[in-house]
Amino acid sequence: MQAKGTPDMLQDKDRIFTNLYGFQDFGLKGAQSRGNWDGTKALIEKGRDWIIDEMKASGMRGRGGAGFPTGLKWSFMPKESDGRPSYLVVNADEGEPGTCKDREIMRNDPHTLVEGCLLASFAMNAHAAYIYIRGEFYHEASNLQRAIDEAYEAGLIGKNACGSGWDFDLYLHLGAGAYICGEETALIESLEGKKGQPRLKPPFPANAGLYGCPTTVNNVESIAAVPTILRRGGSWFAGFGRENNHGTKLFAISGHVEKPCTVEEAMSIPLKELIEKHCGGVRGGWDNLLAVIPGGSSVPLMPKDVCDDVLMDFDGLREVGSGLGTAAVIVMDKSTDIVYAIARLSEFYKHESCGQCTPCREGTGWMMRMMTRMVRGEATLDEIDLLWDVTKQVEGHTICALGDAAAWPIQGLIRHFRPEMERRIKEYRARIAA
Amino acid sequence: MPKLTVDGIEVEVEAGATVLQACEEAGKEIPRFCYHERLSIAGNCRMCLVEMERAPKPVASCAMPAADGMVIKTDSDLVKKARNGVMEFLLINHPLDCPICDQGGECDLQDQAMAYGFDSSRYAEKKRAVKDKELGPIVKTIMTRCIHCTRCVRFSEEVAGVGTMGAVYRGEDTEVGPYIEASINSELSGNLVDLCPVGALTSKPYAFTARPWELKKTDSVDVMDAVGSNIRIDARTGEVMRVLPRTNEDINEEWISDKTRYAIDGLKRQRLDRPYVRKDGKLQPASWDEAFAAIKAKVSGLDGEKIAALAGDTVDCESMTALKDLMGKLGSPNLDCRQDGSKIGGPRASYIFNSTIAGIDEADACLIVGANVRAEAPIINSRLRKRWRTTAGDFKVGIIGEKWDPTYKNDYLGAGPETLQEILDGKNEFATVLKASEKPMIIVGMGALNREDGDAVLAATRAIAEKYGMVSGEWNGFNVLHTAASRVGGLDLGFVPGEGGLATNDILDGAAKGDIEVVYLLGADEVDMSKLEKAFVIYQGAMGDAGAQAADVILPGAAYTEKNGTYVNTEGRAQQGWRAIFPVGDAREDWAIVRALSGALDLTLPYNNIDAVRSRMVELSPTFASLNVPTKAEWTDFGVSGDMKSDGFVSPVRNFYMTDPISRASVTMAKCTEAFVKDAAAEKVA
Repeated sequence: MQAKGTPDMLQDKDRIFTNLYGFQDFGLKGAQSRGNWDGTKALIEKGRDWIIDEMKASGMRGRGGAGFPTGLKWSFMPKESDGRPSYLVVNADEGEPGTCKDREIMRNDPHTLVEGCLLASFAMNAHAAYIYIRGEFYHEASNLQRAIDEAYEAGLIGKNACGSGWDFDLYLHLGAGAYICGEETALIESLEGKKGQPRLKPPFPANAGLYGCPTTVNNVESIAAVPTILRRGGSWFAGFGRENNHGTKLFAISGHVEKPCTVEEAMSIPLKELIEKHCGGVRGGWDNLLAVIPGGSSVPLMPKDVCDDVLMDFDGLREVGSGLGTAAVIVMDKSTDIVYAIARLSEFYKHESCGQCTPCREGTGWMMRMMTRMVRGEATLDEIDLLWDVTKQVEGHTICALGDAAAWPIQGLIRHFRPEMERRIKEYRARIAA
Repeated sequence: MPKLTVDGIEVEVEAGATVLQACEEAGKEIPRFCYHERLSIAGNCRMCLVEMERAPKPVASCAMPAADGMVIKTDSDLVKKARNGVMEFLLINHPLDCPICDQGGECDLQDQAMAYGFDSSRYAEKKRAVKDKELGPIVKTIMTRCIHCTRCVRFSEEVAGVGTMGAVYRGEDTEVGPYIEASINSELSGNLVDLCPVGALTSKPYAFTARPWELKKTDSVDVMDAVGSNIRIDARTGEVMRVLPRTNEDINEEWISDKTRYAIDGLKRQRLDRPYVRKDGKLQPASWDEAFAAIKAKVSGLDGEKIAALAGDTVDCESMTALKDLMGKLGSPNLDCRQDGSKIGGPRASYIFNSTIAGIDEADACLIVGANVRAEAPIINSRLRKRWRTTAGDFKVGIIGEKWDPTYKNDYLGAGPETLQEILDGKNEFATVLKASEKPMIIVGMGALNREDGDAVLAATRAIAEKYGMVSGEWNGFNVLHTAASRVGGLDLGFVPGEGGLATNDILDGAAKGDIEVVYLLGADEVDMSKLEKAFVIYQGAMGDAGAQAADVILPGAAYTEKNGTYVNTEGRAQQGWRAIFPVGDAREDWAIVRALSGALDLTLPYNNIDAVRSRMVELSPTFASLNVPTKAEWTDFGVSGDMKSDGFVSPVRNFYMTDPISRASVTMAKCTEAFVKDAAAEKVA
């Protein structure tokens, strides 16, 4: 199904993040001029169920990577409190290599997030929300804190937020630079002041999250889109993208394109169109494309022939053995040392593994060391199969998804570039034989 | 009660059980490293993965709550593959140094590798090496072997209550150890060695001394405190190599204190291995006949009133029975098993831990009077801590006496009897806590009862128990905490002054004055020996401690590892231990020595074997008729109301590591004292 928004570029009137590039004032005045904080009270007055129903109708799937339906997630929160408070936690620990979308929101359009926090918290019966922001995002944290302060001063949040009668507090917390703290339960641990290590699930955060209380953890982009979705209606948002993959989405395209950028587009846009329309195309032309990692470092790469006609949404990318992830598109042209590129990712995951569970702790190091040898071809041919085996032994056996994230890029490499790996090994063997 | 299917077998488990427990219910063994019944669930080793229908990937059975209708497979290809994979990961960085590893033969990793390991390694990279940590005199570390199961971290945090251990750094660089270079200052640290599933934490004193398959294992009971922890004594060719805990849910669960575990090296030093007789002011080696003859020469014709006997803290009930009967035949009413002179010994309910140790699990408030429970009975202290933890802090503890760190939240109420009186009068805030609780308990230590006003203190604590409903229906929360393993047994047997007889302090004074001419010390080393200079002292025991030095005749006895013996713990629970090795040299089982002496004195006791002694014990007290089960004591009047002195209560245990002749002779305990007790003293000065 071809939805509106394609093949033409997403129109400006349908953009949620209208100050993504910071051309205007990020402060409260600028935000209000762009329509933020307009009729927030009225939205709250429509009630909790209406908000959740609209979110369900919008078809939004979480923008953090896993793609879990946001409205559904919210509906897991207890309707009535059993004495424990509920919390909203916003995951602003954007650390996935290649991903640079949330930081743009927080730097240039922070009020969308602040307003979203209020609305989402109200919908989930939470009087307090925490934004856990990556420690390196100093500029973003400053802007966001200013936005929060402004909102407090203007009575938009705090006691009787927006005059709605709802009390709401919003806290910003800086992380200390661990990638794993972007995993929701590790984030909660870190927020509680403990070592950032993922928790076992169940219990899920909706039952026992922050301080043992019902908690929902959402991505920045998911929450920041809420006010606009509620103002324009869930059906408006659902009008973009294919069935089950609705809405607009921030795509962060980096790598070997003429003009790397972060851009809001309709879901299900063809990858080729995304690159050619917004990024001036692949460096040296489309035919110079080698491979694309379509959703941040954690998803398997796609070779050029897959890239030719793949659609950028959750299901489209899953069908080709990859994933939308955070929609951070990493483009690699033919000058790329693809084995080295993936080896570099393996090093990243080895460095960021929390060390709690066995397969990830031991497996990431093993994979990294083998990948490092593969770059130079210092291996035997059957070690490619061993490497594949190791990734399979890590995948699905760990507490959190970091193990999967470490395994998938390598699996993508072996699946699509095995001949290249074999060539290096044979050359190396020939060299040492001589 | 959820019902689930495990490998086609339907099982029903209790609500809140995990899938792993359900699998065990179905008779399926699930391999595990990090999971331990008594610790929180970590779910990090991933060895217990099972296949669950409708789950996209294998689940960690230890952490997954069992739910109705679950279909679990524990032996499918998927499961086997997953476990093989985890095992391979565990082994890639684990040194394969089993031949020189003390855990060899009783190593979880070694055992499970037999089932899930490959026959050769596929790992071609360099292996990890980790710097060893210094954890003090008890736990030896070889951290390269660590598989990061974090059992030790959870134990020290949860059970021991010292947050010393943790995991620092991350990923494959993760290191388990103390956050800062510090020994584990806990009386329970030896349990880390048992908990460690690999050879990362092993026993320092036991290092490289024996292999598990060489050891003869004997069930026994500990005598280092009055808890009666169940132990297993491992011996090889007549030598005790180590002591391990035996699981007993009602007493020590599966923990034992460091003294219980490591004081045994004291049994190899300062032993009395032959009889001695003092000649010309010097103790000279002698034969049994000579020793008995010397005693006979002194005792014959002597008025029974001039003879006295004291029983020590670690003696068995059999020997006390024999000595009591012998004293009867000698016509002496002067016998006492209370070396510390404590004012106990009335009705049974007045001197036992009535609620039982397991009863702590039901209590909701506890008043501790004059006891440093952590030093006097670490196992009971850990039970109190467990109660505090499982109630999420609702278990309220008030302490009267010295200030000590129990490792759980407590209200320090005051130092002595004044505070006790305040509580009795309802003037203390803790009185409201006691009033509000349904099952309150009081723990009265020897520090409160070994004073001159002990009777009055006992009466006051009884009044508190009455006033705050500590004794109602089935519940009896009046608890006396003993420090001596032999004490309750002695009191049950009536090893106390007879009609017109003298108690400990009077015996000592009498001996100093010359009224008492013969003093029989049955393993008694804790009394003031200077008062016995005039008297003829017979010392019977295993260790060459204070009593032996003061003796005129030494009769070498057997240590607790060397005899079959019955001990009654502080709950009034009679338990039997078995002989692990034979006594050293000419030493003999203690009851038999007394029996032989009675023959030499022409006062032959009417028993020729231990069963006959035990029948006699049953005659003396019904305690010994039902082994392993504490008998309930009737709640009657006891204590003598009177004025209490204002001095604060002082715990009799000044150094946990050295409380009796065996631990005083122990090298390991000396090292622990140096490492922990002196540190503490230095800290106090600073």
